[in-house]
Amino acid sequence: MSNRQASNDAGLRRRAFLGSISALGGGFALGWQIPITPALAASAVESPTVHDVGIWAVIGSDDSVTVRIARSEMGQGTFTGLAQLVADELDADWAHVRAEYVSPDMNFANKRAWGDMSTGGSRGIRGSVDYVRKGGAAARAMLISAAAQSWGVAPAECKAANSVITHPSSGRSLRYGEVAAAAALLPVPTEVTLKTPAQWTLIGKGVRRLDTVEKLSGKQVFAIDVQLPDMLCAAIRQCPVFGGTLKSFEADKILAMPGVRHVVPVGDDAVAVVADKWFLAKTALAALPVVWDEGKNGEINSAQIDALLTGGLDAKEAALGQRHGDVETGLASAATKIEAVYGSPYLAHATLEPMNCTAKFADGRVEIWVPSQNGDASLAAAAEAAGVKLAEVKVNKLHLGGGFGRRGNQDYTRQAVLIAKQVPGRPIKLIWTREEDTTHDFYRPITQCKLRAGLDPSGNVVALHARLSGQSILAYLAPQRMEGGIDKAAFQSWSEEEFGYRSIPNLLIDHAVRNTHVPVGFWRGVNTNQNAIYMECFIDELAHAAGRDPLAFRQAMLTQSPKHLAVLNAAAEKAGWGSPLPPGVYRGICQNFGYGSYTAAVAEVSVSDKGELKIHRIVAATDPGYVVNPNQVSAQVEGSFVYGLGAVLEGAITIDKGRVVETNFDTYPVMRLAAMPKVETVIAPSGGFWGGVGEPTISVCGPAVLNAIFAATGKRIRTLPLRLHDLSRA
Amino acid sequence: MIKLDINSKTTEVDADPQTPLLWVLREWVGMTGTKYGCGIAQCGACTVHLDGVATRSCSVPVGAVGDSKITTIEGLSADGLSHPVQVAWLQHDVPQCGYCQSGQIMAAAALLKSNPHPSDDDIDDAMTNICRCGTYQRIRAAIHTASTLPSKA
Repeated sequence: MSNRQASNDAGLRRRAFLGSISALGGGFALGWQIPITPALAASAVESPTVHDVGIWAVIGSDDSVTVRIARSEMGQGTFTGLAQLVADELDADWAHVRAEYVSPDMNFANKRAWGDMSTGGSRGIRGSVDYVRKGGAAARAMLISAAAQSWGVAPAECKAANSVITHPSSGRSLRYGEVAAAAALLPVPTEVTLKTPAQWTLIGKGVRRLDTVEKLSGKQVFAIDVQLPDMLCAAIRQCPVFGGTLKSFEADKILAMPGVRHVVPVGDDAVAVVADKWFLAKTALAALPVVWDEGKNGEINSAQIDALLTGGLDAKEAALGQRHGDVETGLASAATKIEAVYGSPYLAHATLEPMNCTAKFADGRVEIWVPSQNGDASLAAAAEAAGVKLAEVKVNKLHLGGGFGRRGNQDYTRQAVLIAKQVPGRPIKLIWTREEDTTHDFYRPITQCKLRAGLDPSGNVVALHARLSGQSILAYLAPQRMEGGIDKAAFQSWSEEEFGYRSIPNLLIDHAVRNTHVPVGFWRGVNTNQNAIYMECFIDELAHAAGRDPLAFRQAMLTQSPKHLAVLNAAAEKAGWGSPLPPGVYRGICQNFGYGSYTAAVAEVSVSDKGELKIHRIVAATDPGYVVNPNQVSAQVEGSFVYGLGAVLEGAITIDKGRVVETNFDTYPVMRLAAMPKVETVIAPSGGFWGGVGEPTISVCGPAVLNAIFAATGKRIRTLPLRLHDLSRA
Repeated sequence: MIKLDINSKTTEVDADPQTPLLWVLREWVGMTGTKYGCGIAQCGACTVHLDGVATRSCSVPVGAVGDSKITTIEGLSADGLSHPVQVAWLQHDVPQCGYCQSGQIMAAAALLKSNPHPSDDDIDDAMTNICRCGTYQRIRAAIHTASTLPSKA
């Protein structure tokens, strides 16, 4: 079947699907929650008809435009941004645009006509911009053709704007809703011309988010809120030691407790209590005697892991990231040599909505309700756990209460299905406690970095070696993506294409892969975060060693990287770099490239005699090429300072006896409002490319502040989090 | 049976008095706007009003509520949009993922009730709820905006 056939088939299926939703009261994709009443059934008669015009836009006879979204909305605004892209090419009236998920099973059944559903790596917009814009343009062409046919004129004589098609020479016009039914029957054009940036009306506009209203009233249904007829709830306890297994449990000790229905093993390393209500399941689980086989990892602690990594800093063998010139020769000839070792700990994601998934297994079929960053992966995980074919799985995606990379992993989906399979016929809602969530994450990898550099007598960098040592995400999650022992993702921001300091004649970047038993994964910004801290703080050290201003030092090193330089200058200019500051206030600066975007930041801080840090102001500049929604870009930049800087200041996951020590927000502190610095966002789009937004800024949060702390105190912070350091004046 | 006054409506629940109010709201009453985030009164996602005072419902046993009037996010305004805090939140496009926002809005509404024109320091002291997406800057701005809007209460 061709893509086009797939599209048409999807359209037919979609119409049937929408019809059923319509009967439930014109509800959004959450139709199952709305009870069918005679009044609602009657209202369906008067409901507007809806029509698939191509696969990305559903247009109603009431002029509503529903844009299909394949990626997941977890706060980053992609639901709105992707709708803007489609609606702009469609020339739709934004006031009547809404968005709705494509279900993963619908995508699967149609040979993935809606493309990749994975939502990570700041790819939501940049990874789908081409085909969703074409989808909007195709729908526009179909609507114009339908109107032109009804008038007996050539489509080229017609224009479209704000959901209205006009034929200027005759003065006739038709609304999209009036031609949608006819347009839906036309073939989807394969060749369309996209607008030029000058023609954009919605792209670049800071329209409000499409998903705000429900989030103000408690009406937004997250997966954790799903309520279904006959639903039971499950609480889970996993082996505290990674790699350990479940040995035994004494179900009879808790089966008589209120509401308890079942106690079941989940895979080989967890046990769950199924009860009428989740709180009852959780209460009973706390009383359940469980014996674990902790295996060989039960004695591992953070000190051992640190020592393992430190050993990698000088190891002979290392995976090559980038090399030119000869670092050792360069260092030997240098007038000044500087060396420093940095490190950053494991971090948990701590999405505020804990891991959860609801699953129902009945008659060889599975249905799940899941907060997922990857609908395709959820579908596959559910099928595998249930032992059924992919076609036997239905996936309901719900907005995520935070993702940050955690919910690309489908461990909780698998668990929910494994439990549901043991209690067939009834939906089971599995919710993790915060404690399970904190202690069973896929952590941001622990790494150390040894940096060595040489300066010539004029203070120019003649050699630089950055040796990473630490855990590889790909080796853990996707070993098939390791290339000859190299995890290319470990060198994020440091590849030849990304690394801005091209003027360094002798450069070596390599990685001693040191894996442990602790699960690691993608954490918003991933390896750009640590790498930018290591590099940008060390560059600051070099600037001070050279007796040069940190901005001027970087500017001189970025002459071959004009876009890096431009965004650095944009931040410096807005911050008034070099201008006088109030007494006791000091600045720090940095820049970095990641996820296709250029970023830079300036921090203004003061440190009291007692060592209390106050961040007075942040200026953060970003060049993502084109900007879809400046209001959401600034929201992401602001939020980056909470997620990224908060981790730098406070975040650390440590290991003792093979397990995670921190369990909840009392032991794993995160940034709160009082610590939030004032963030001024400078959006400096240079055009010509589509860069990411959700993650790039995270990388510049830490170094800007750490460099400012050095300026304020003379103390160079090289290990994190900051809260473990004493900044007081001795 | 325990009798509760939730959003000015008397509701009876058959729950153990030790059950946290949060779970009674979510699982016994079926009102899921109030969220679970930590269970130990750290994150504030479960914030409701007890007699107008912002309270972390995960750490209040339902048996201790007594005659106190419970207000949840569902009862903050009749249409879910017209409380000054909700109006200001919409104006500033505050939410990102939105999961913490019920609690943030309830905390902000209680702050403005006791302190109609809070300073930045007042906001720092009162708004201790966790937001992982990082909407704090807009929360602060929206509280200042809300303090200028006429109260419908």
